[in-house]
Amino acid sequence: MTTEAQRTGGIEVEALVREFKNGPRAVDGIDLEVAQGEIYGFLGPNGAGKSTTVLMLTTLLPPTAGTARVGGYDVVREGPRVRSTIGAALQEAALDPLLTGREHMRLQTALHGLGKGERESRGKELLERVGLAYAADRKVGGYSGGMKRRLDLALALAHRPRILFLDEPTTGLDIQSRTALWEEVARLAGEDGVTVFLTTQYLEEADALANRVGIIDHGKIVAEGTPTELKAEIGRPTVEAVPREAGERERMASVLSRFGQPAGASPRGVAVRLEGGESQLAEVVRALDAENVAIEHLQLHAPSLDDVFLAKTGRSLEGAAEEEAEAPESEAVGSG
Amino acid sequence: MNGALRIQVSQLARRSVLRTLRQPAQIVPALVFPLFLLAVNASGLQDATNLPGFPTDSYLTFVLAVPFIQGALFSVMNSGTDLARDIETGFLNRLALTPLHGAALLSGLLAGSFVLGIVQAAAYLSVGLLAGAELAAGPAAIPVILALSVSITVAFGTIGLFAALRFGSGEAVQGLFPVFFVFLFLSSMALPLDLLTTDWFHAIAAANPISYLLAAFRSLLIEGWEIGPLLLGFGIAAAIMAVGMFAASSALKTRLVRT
Repeated sequence: MTTEAQRTGGIEVEALVREFKNGPRAVDGIDLEVAQGEIYGFLGPNGAGKSTTVLMLTTLLPPTAGTARVGGYDVVREGPRVRSTIGAALQEAALDPLLTGREHMRLQTALHGLGKGERESRGKELLERVGLAYAADRKVGGYSGGMKRRLDLALALAHRPRILFLDEPTTGLDIQSRTALWEEVARLAGEDGVTVFLTTQYLEEADALANRVGIIDHGKIVAEGTPTELKAEIGRPTVEAVPREAGERERMASVLSRFGQPAGASPRGVAVRLEGGESQLAEVVRALDAENVAIEHLQLHAPSLDDVFLAKTGRSLEGAAEEEAEAPESEAVGSG
Repeated sequence: MNGALRIQVSQLARRSVLRTLRQPAQIVPALVFPLFLLAVNASGLQDATNLPGFPTDSYLTFVLAVPFIQGALFSVMNSGTDLARDIETGFLNRLALTPLHGAALLSGLLAGSFVLGIVQAAAYLSVGLLAGAELAAGPAAIPVILALSVSITVAFGTIGLFAALRFGSGEAVQGLFPVFFVFLFLSSMALPLDLLTTDWFHAIAAANPISYLLAAFRSLLIEGWEIGPLLLGFGIAAAIMAVGMFAASSALKTRLVRT
C-alpha cells in the first residue's frame, strides 16, 4: 500500500536500527512519518541518536535493520534517488574556508548537474535569499558562525530538493542569527512546500518551528506529537515560589505540597506541578499568606517541552545533555 | 568521459588549484626547502666529482635531480592533508550527497598536485640552470623534465590521497613525510649507483624506485637523450600512480559508505 509520505515528498521510517561495533544501539528501532511540507523537529540531548538517524536517512550510513523511505525511495536500495531528492545541512557547517561563498555555490550547483547558466543564476538567487550576496566574494574562513550556517542552508537548497535535513542548524548561533534561520526554514516549508527534518537540542527551536516533534532519548522515540499535544499530555502548569527569608523554604515547600507533586526549581525556590491547573494560583497565594510565609517571587510556568522530556525520561533535557557530556564517548558517527 | 563526469572533474580540479594557490604555506616550503638543500649539497659535495667514474664534473648538475623528487614528496603531504581536512570537517559528506563520481573526486584533488608540480619543476630547473647546471639534452628536454616532474608529483599525490582516505587524519598523512624522506636518502641521491660501494646500501638503493626516477632526470641533464632511463622513470611514475589510484579508490569506497 502506498502511503501519503511515499506518494509525496515525505519520510517514512519503520523499526530503524543502527548499531556500532562494541557500542550501544545508537538508534534503537524508531518509527516515524513526516508528511510533505511538514517541519518535523527531532529533539533530544547530545548522543541521543539524532545525527545517526539523519545520516541513515540521508544515505550516508547504512542502517543495521529496519526500513526508511525518503521521498518515496528506499534509503538502502535507492540511495542515488534519495540523494537527488534531498538537501542536507549536517552538523557543523562543512565549508571550505579557502573558497568564497560564490565559489561554494558554483561547485555545489555544478556537482548537482545544473547547466552553466543556471549555476550562476541559482547561486546568486540563493545567496541573496539567505542574505549573503554582500559577502559572496569573501572567503568563507572570514564568515561568522551565522553566515556559515546560512551558506550551508543555501548549498543544501542548490538543486531544489523536496526534502531538507537540518542537523542542529542553529547550535552555537546568537539569537538574531537563530531567528533569521528559523524564518527562512518556516518560509521554505510554508511557501515552497519543502519537507523539513530538523534535529535540535533547543526546546524553544522545536517549539517555535516544528509542526510535530519527536523526542528521542537513548536511541528510542519516547514521545511524538505537535508541541501543543505533547504539552497538553503533561497538562499541568508549574508554580514556583521563592520565600523572602531563606529559612522559610521548608515551610513554603510544606504549603505548596498540598497543591501537587514537586517539580524542578531554582536553588532558593520551591516548585510544584499544580494538580488543579492554573486556576489554583490564587489558592496558593492565599495558603502561603495564611501561613505567614512571605513571598519574594512567584511565577507560573506553562508546561514546556522540557516538562514533556522530564515526564517521559525522568530527566530534564539540560540535565540529560550534561550527563551525555560526562559519559565516555562510544563509537559514533554523529554526536546527536 | 561523459559530460557530467567532465564537469565534476573540472570543478573539483578548479577547487583544488584554488586551494593550492591560496595556501602559500603549501607552495613556499615545497619550493624553498629543496632549493636550500640543492645549494648546500652543490657547494659542499663538489669534490665528489673527483671520484673515478663520476659521470660529470658538475655536482650541481648531478644533484639537480634531487629537488624534483623532494618537491614531489611535498605533494604527498599537500594532497593528503587537503583531503584529510575534508574528511575531518565533513566536507566529504557534503560532496557525497551530490551525484559525485569517486573518480572525479580523486582526479580533481590531484589537479592541485599537478599545478604544484609544474610550478615546482619550473622553479627548480630555472634556478639550477641559472646557477650553472648543464642540460646535456638541450632546451628541447625542458618540457620532458617538466612532464616527468609532474608525473612523479601526481603519482606521489595518489599516495597522499590513499593515506588520507585510509586514516582520515591530517596528522597521519604528515607522519608519512619522514618515511618518504628515508626512502630518498636510501637512494642514489648523493652518488651514482655504481659508486655506492657499501654492499647493503648499494642493494637498497638499487631496489629503491627513487634511484631510477633520479636516473631519468640525470639522463637528460648529464648524458643527453637516452631513451632507456627516461622510459624507466616515466614507467615507475605511472606504476606508482596506478597502484596509488587503485589503493585510493578502494579506500574511497570504504570511506564513502553512502548507499
